[in-house]
Amino acid sequence: MAQQLLSRNDTVDRVVCVKDRPSLHAFTSKDWSLKKFCAWVCPLTFYMDTVESDTYLIESLDYEYITVDIACILPTTLLTSKREPERVPLEQELLKLPKEGIVAAHCTKVDRNVNLEKLQNNYLFPEISARELEHIKKYPNAKVISLGIGDTTEPIPDIVTLRMADYARALSTREGYKGYGAEQGNKALRKAIAETFYGDMAVKGKEVFVSDGSQCDISRLQLLLGSNVSIAVQDPNFPAYMDSSVIIGQSGDLQEETLKYKNIEYMTCGPQNNFFPDLSNTSRTDILFFCSPNNPTGHAASREQLEQLVRFARENGSIIVYDSAYAAYITDGSPRSIYEIPGARELRWHDCIVWALHGAGNPPLGGGNSSTALVGVWEFAWDTDIHHTTPINRVAIEISSFSKIAGFTGVRLGWTVVPEELLYANKVPVINDFNRIVCTCFNGASSIAQAGGLACLSSEGFQAMLSVVDYYKENATILLDTFASMGLKAYGGVNAPYVWVHFPGRKSWDVFNEILEKTHIITVPGSGFGPGGEEYIRVTAFGHRECILEASSRLRSNLCP
Amino acid sequence: MSLIQHQLLSTSISSSNSAFIAKTNFNLRTQNVSLPARNIGICKCVATPQAEKTAYKTKVSRNENMGKLQAGYLFPEVARRKAAHMLKYPDAQVISLGIGDTTEPIPEVIASAMAKRSHELSTLEGYSGYGAEQGEKQLRAAIARTFYDNLDIEEGDIFVSDGAKCDISRLQVVFGSSVTMAVQDPSYPAYVDSSVIMGQTGQFQKAIEQFAKIEYMKCTPENGFFPDLSNTSHTDIIFFCSPNNPTGSAASREQLTRLVQFAKANGSIIVYDSAYALYMSDDNPRSIFEIPGAKEVAIETSSFSKYAGFTGVRLGWTVIPKELLFSDGFPVAKDFNRIVCTCFNGASNIAQAGGLACLSPEGLKAMRDVIGFYKENTEIIMDTFNSLGFKVYGGKNAPYVWVHFPGQSSWDVFAEILEKTHIVTTPGSGFGPGGEGFVRVSAFGHRKNVLEACRRFKELYK
Repeated sequence: MAQQLLSRNDTVDRVVCVKDRPSLHAFTSKDWSLKKFCAWVCPLTFYMDTVESDTYLIESLDYEYITVDIACILPTTLLTSKREPERVPLEQELLKLPKEGIVAAHCTKVDRNVNLEKLQNNYLFPEISARELEHIKKYPNAKVISLGIGDTTEPIPDIVTLRMADYARALSTREGYKGYGAEQGNKALRKAIAETFYGDMAVKGKEVFVSDGSQCDISRLQLLLGSNVSIAVQDPNFPAYMDSSVIIGQSGDLQEETLKYKNIEYMTCGPQNNFFPDLSNTSRTDILFFCSPNNPTGHAASREQLEQLVRFARENGSIIVYDSAYAAYITDGSPRSIYEIPGARELRWHDCIVWALHGAGNPPLGGGNSSTALVGVWEFAWDTDIHHTTPINRVAIEISSFSKIAGFTGVRLGWTVVPEELLYANKVPVINDFNRIVCTCFNGASSIAQAGGLACLSSEGFQAMLSVVDYYKENATILLDTFASMGLKAYGGVNAPYVWVHFPGRKSWDVFNEILEKTHIITVPGSGFGPGGEEYIRVTAFGHRECILEASSRLRSNLCP
Repeated sequence: MSLIQHQLLSTSISSSNSAFIAKTNFNLRTQNVSLPARNIGICKCVATPQAEKTAYKTKVSRNENMGKLQAGYLFPEVARRKAAHMLKYPDAQVISLGIGDTTEPIPEVIASAMAKRSHELSTLEGYSGYGAEQGEKQLRAAIARTFYDNLDIEEGDIFVSDGAKCDISRLQVVFGSSVTMAVQDPSYPAYVDSSVIMGQTGQFQKAIEQFAKIEYMKCTPENGFFPDLSNTSHTDIIFFCSPNNPTGSAASREQLTRLVQFAKANGSIIVYDSAYALYMSDDNPRSIFEIPGAKEVAIETSSFSKYAGFTGVRLGWTVIPKELLFSDGFPVAKDFNRIVCTCFNGASNIAQAGGLACLSPEGLKAMRDVIGFYKENTEIIMDTFNSLGFKVYGGKNAPYVWVHFPGQSSWDVFAEILEKTHIVTTPGSGFGPGGEGFVRVSAFGHRKNVLEACRRFKELYK
């Protein structure tokens, strides 16, 4: 068994392992910061923080043992460090190393996408997973409770899975087999979504695009919008908006001092402003990402707040991307869809309107003559598709998902609404381009998942879904009570399956670690959602009741705020 | 209708005042109406033409890359023409040999595995939420074992997806807008279209029917459907599909060795699309990784669509070897993983259960039977066109027959075939300028439809 020892004098910070062959082991000091990266797909790639000892042990959580061929070594920095990695030509570095055991690697001449370099850390949720795995390894006997990633835990209602099973079985029959579906989704499902969620909001089936989930839709929307648009996000917010913006090239560089990307407009949302941004102090951007009920804060925007938002968007010629994935959790009558909000107070009529005076020969309406004021009569020619004369809010694209209402986190099903009337500055309809993206970069959600979706929207299926939602809402109430009893200020939990707990003056990763160490509970540090999340912890309400109760008990006993 | 200005009630009409507006048609009538005293504001009424919808024009500029695309994506366009034809001839028995859509049922062993997984999701023990974005471990391992045995590709190199088309776009997102790319000409349109959308290309040049900045590697009967690499400019990325869609041609070991050497010498990355590998009859490589040195230059993408009839179920995979590095030594797999975690959330768990069943011994045998069925279709179609005196390519190693119509516009041939025989095909120019003069006939279909189609071809071209 050969051993490769790297000496400190090599000034090695990063080892990239490109082959996994039983040829040699490398040993290093037991550095916690090394282990956390071992859950990655490329488990043998890791970064060293500081070079402390003379020998280096590399451990992997995924394998009984690991073996390493050291292929190329470049000086760079640990992911959590903010320093930009230095680039040193590969050949120079290889020359410094002992030849034995080193395989010279071929690097292509393809430059790495500079946008991906701008991403500082892992995506938030795999990072949380990695920490969980590590913790389990450290305390193999502890019962770790996961209130971190918002992963549903309760089984999918029978009526839905029966339908999916039947559909799958039918695919093995001649009559029941179906090949490619429409990329935009099954027609009946699109219609059912429009009717169930937007029944009186004049959304048509053809404006609904069925997808494999919101996270994918967000990226497809970014692909649609391109790198030249400006975006605003709430701070804190679901990290996919920011990360996808960086990836597509909209964001500019991360600024170290503020931990904000240069070209993104951050709209702070906190208890101080009732979790709604101060729009008078918000710069205009092309796109406004807005999530309500909010992940992570749990706040559901009120009608007044959303009216402000719509007005702001209309005045600025912006497009709102409204994420309503948690709408079913609303308890207090807040709007469930952005399309509940009428457009700003101007009249726009779909068809002809005529103000007619009271008749030929009569004097026109004068001002102020109240008691005999004459009012003309309206004439409408109806477009039979529109059932309302209300000015419809068309400044927004809305995205949503079956994940948190039907437990479809693994099944994968969601949708995006793009109003037909939404136009770019050059009058091209946004829906045409989105359709092109969907046809070119996607091939439809799984037909089996879509069959499940239809079952979810049957009246029996819908009731069953709402029962599960209620179950999680009860969990949220329990958690809210727990934190309240501990004297902590906890927000959310009423209209969303998330509780947003304030730990004033403390760094959220520190609190995350403390909770993990003292109670074996995984949460999510607020700073993962943006600088506005520092000092907060997000606790999800997804979990078996016994786990939620156990977690509450541990928090009460072991965590002194 | 005239434009009239009036004083109006200052309480503007809003959605809450729906009582004010009746939901029924009524005609213009002039009448005297008394109203309580109110201040009156101004309303300007605009007569709009019947057809014009209320539009909201934003100040958001359209993504100029979208503007570069010339028409709809090819296959929806073919579908549109088919639909129009069916409207025109409601009694015609239209036979679809256009879009490569599978028609035969999914083998029972696979479908029942998916049914079983569905049922399990209703139980406490069997329920699972989010899966690993890279795919379920067992499935990744099975894919590595089945397709890449002895090729030093392992579970960790495999990323399960919802299909090759989606993977191609995700790869483009990884590469970004600053890379250059080369495609075969003709080629599966998703490579070019996704490149345009990503901003890698210049404008479409109508005269040559090519996008600026894309290197088109012509593949014709004259060069054995393998590009002349000595006349190919260097690009960062090379898309290569073998067995090829649409030409059906499969590259030999010698050809692929040259391709890998070319990529190595130029520092390029090959994106190798092997979605039809199991259709191979000849003794050609089924995976690019059979070629020595390929792991340092290639990514491979593939799909269950045409093997298991999963065109609607959605399941595929991409292989990125750990050895594949960007110019600064950063592993490509790491960036792809980041994209997969951020822009995707895994293939459907039910589809993945199906995938695992596909790769069981029983599933593999069942898949091979279905593939064999489609291959028989291909032979029938090839024989038909051969017997009619056409120059016919492909068919042996892929479910596509590439028929030459020298000197004719492929859309014209498409239209003529559709009009006269009610058969949908795919015009070669939809796959690039190198496809002009050819028509692709796909071999997916019920046997009787394929036989009937061939009978009609014989009628038309006798």
